[in-house]
Amino acid sequence: MNTELMQGNMACARGALAAGCRFFGGYPITPSTEIAEVLARELPKVGGKFIQMEDEIASMASIIGASVGGLKSMTATSGPGFSLMQENIGYAAMAEIPCVIANVQRLGPSTGRPTSPSQGDVMQARFGTHGDHPIIALSPTSVRETFDLTVKAFEFSERYRTPVILLLDEVIGHMREKVDLPTEALLPAEREPVEVPPEWYEVYGESPTDVPPLASFGQGYRFHITGLHHDVHGFPTNRLDEVQAWNNRVFRKIDNNLDDIVLTETQGAEDMQTLVIAYGCTYRSARQAVKMAREQDHPVGLLKLQTIWPFAEAQVRALSEHVERVVVPELNLGQMAIEIERVAGRKVHRVNRIDGQMIEPAEILVRILER
Amino acid sequence: MKRTETRTFDYLRRDKKFPGVWCAGCGIGIVMGSLIRAIDDIGLDKNQIAVISGIGCTGRMPVYMDFNTMHTTHGRALAFATGLKLARPDMTVIAVMGDGDALAIGGNHFIHAARRNIGITALIVNNHIYGMTGGQASPTTPTHMLATTAPYGNLDQPFPITDLSIAAGAAFVARSTVYHATELDRFIARGIQTPGFAVIEAVSYCHTTYGRINRLGSAVAMMRAIREHSIRKATYERKPVEERDPQAIVRGVFHDEADKPEYTALYQQIIDKATQEASQA
Repeated sequence: MNTELMQGNMACARGALAAGCRFFGGYPITPSTEIAEVLARELPKVGGKFIQMEDEIASMASIIGASVGGLKSMTATSGPGFSLMQENIGYAAMAEIPCVIANVQRLGPSTGRPTSPSQGDVMQARFGTHGDHPIIALSPTSVRETFDLTVKAFEFSERYRTPVILLLDEVIGHMREKVDLPTEALLPAEREPVEVPPEWYEVYGESPTDVPPLASFGQGYRFHITGLHHDVHGFPTNRLDEVQAWNNRVFRKIDNNLDDIVLTETQGAEDMQTLVIAYGCTYRSARQAVKMAREQDHPVGLLKLQTIWPFAEAQVRALSEHVERVVVPELNLGQMAIEIERVAGRKVHRVNRIDGQMIEPAEILVRILER
Repeated sequence: MKRTETRTFDYLRRDKKFPGVWCAGCGIGIVMGSLIRAIDDIGLDKNQIAVISGIGCTGRMPVYMDFNTMHTTHGRALAFATGLKLARPDMTVIAVMGDGDALAIGGNHFIHAARRNIGITALIVNNHIYGMTGGQASPTTPTHMLATTAPYGNLDQPFPITDLSIAAGAAFVARSTVYHATELDRFIARGIQTPGFAVIEAVSYCHTTYGRINRLGSAVAMMRAIREHSIRKATYERKPVEERDPQAIVRGVFHDEADKPEYTALYQQIIDKATQEASQA
């Protein structure tokens, strides 16, 4: 352990290195650029590869190509670049290629305010590309948690053969905090080795885990990858039974593992009458507001969503059942609140800002206390 | 001749994917045959070859061949290939693209892959049209020719693929046609053997869309036209400028800079330097 002062973007880069990331392809964009800058310097020191691509479309393509070549790969961007990456994020979901996309959210729409925080890409992370597919998205609330969730993102991407989105925001990305980071490599969830002979290998075959192991190009398996709907060998298909089998399996591989994937933390659940649900930078204001309310003897609980997608349905349903009020602060106009309302089956009390300013604890406190 | 057929057969996923998607008489199959013969002539291991494509008729080429194959998104073949090549510099990475895929939607990736001089062979099948979507104008459709989206004649100038490639920094640039298949074999082989970025333009035709819209006749007639309008580069350059046909399909090697430093080799030098510094620190 080594105590350091660092910003979230640096912790993201350090988490990636600790998780065994050995390829970064990216394009500069505020407020994410420090992730690229750190990895440009650090990756070659461990034999890894860094490349600055010509745009975000190419960045996303390059990390899929590198992952197919056997390297754990990531890119980092912000809203406008995240929009450009969507088609190839869909490709990674369709082709089931592990990769990590860090999106340090800034105020949109369009160019918006590049140096101001936002949580405006929550729904884009879920539904940004065309077609139906599951996705995993994680959102840290501190510098240390950025490190931990970046490691988790790589772990999930390899374990479930899926793109994983890391939703940071400008505050988490640029805020500096004192952290103790593990200095050794963590080596979580290595890609499962392929052990069958090439003639038996099915890159999209049925498997007990619903996650068939992915061979790397050059290992002798000579398979096909396509963004078209495909059969177990990866060859294009128009057979409805094969299309449906793929659909079922890719949703199953996430839905059957929610206990592993959905990360949340709860406090004050034992006596709460009001529940605050928060994530990302807004969680920090919510935590302070809950503390202030508790000091005034208001029984308030707090649910932190570290996993944004798949949505923490079971946790939200269970916790919201017995409380009088649910308060949801977020730096958008209710992208997570509508999901919470759907699951809780009731209206929630929203606290929203889309002017590029943080929600202050007092703004949340007012909502907690109002009758 | 018999030997050539047998050789090609060994590289096809023949029990899986045939018959193919291409129209009877299409030139893309000839380019695929050339690519296979070039690989066989060099004597490369199938396991070490990756063929990556984008979208369109040419985008369907990899699925038929028994290599590591990836059919990616429209225009992005070279961006995927760049990631793979940097991750696995030991592999032979070939990107096959149509003219629209490589130069319209993928034009930016094309010039930047050339600029980096990364060790990828870009094989462009140029049939001057969007074939799969049914005959829309492409960035190589000649001016004044017809397309479904240029019903009054194409206003745009076509991209000169070889000039563009050289200006952008490619190490090897050549053009041949589907009529001159053995020459195409040789150019593709030289491209693959070039350490840096190689561009081979294979001039083809689309009798189904471009030929029909512009009344250019059957596949055979269009093949014959390629033969009649093509000329070897050396012959062309010997002619006085005023006698050169600007519509001619000039065949030959336009640029050959085999010793130009290749991107992944340069990056390995960075790794060597950085790891050495890190171990000393």
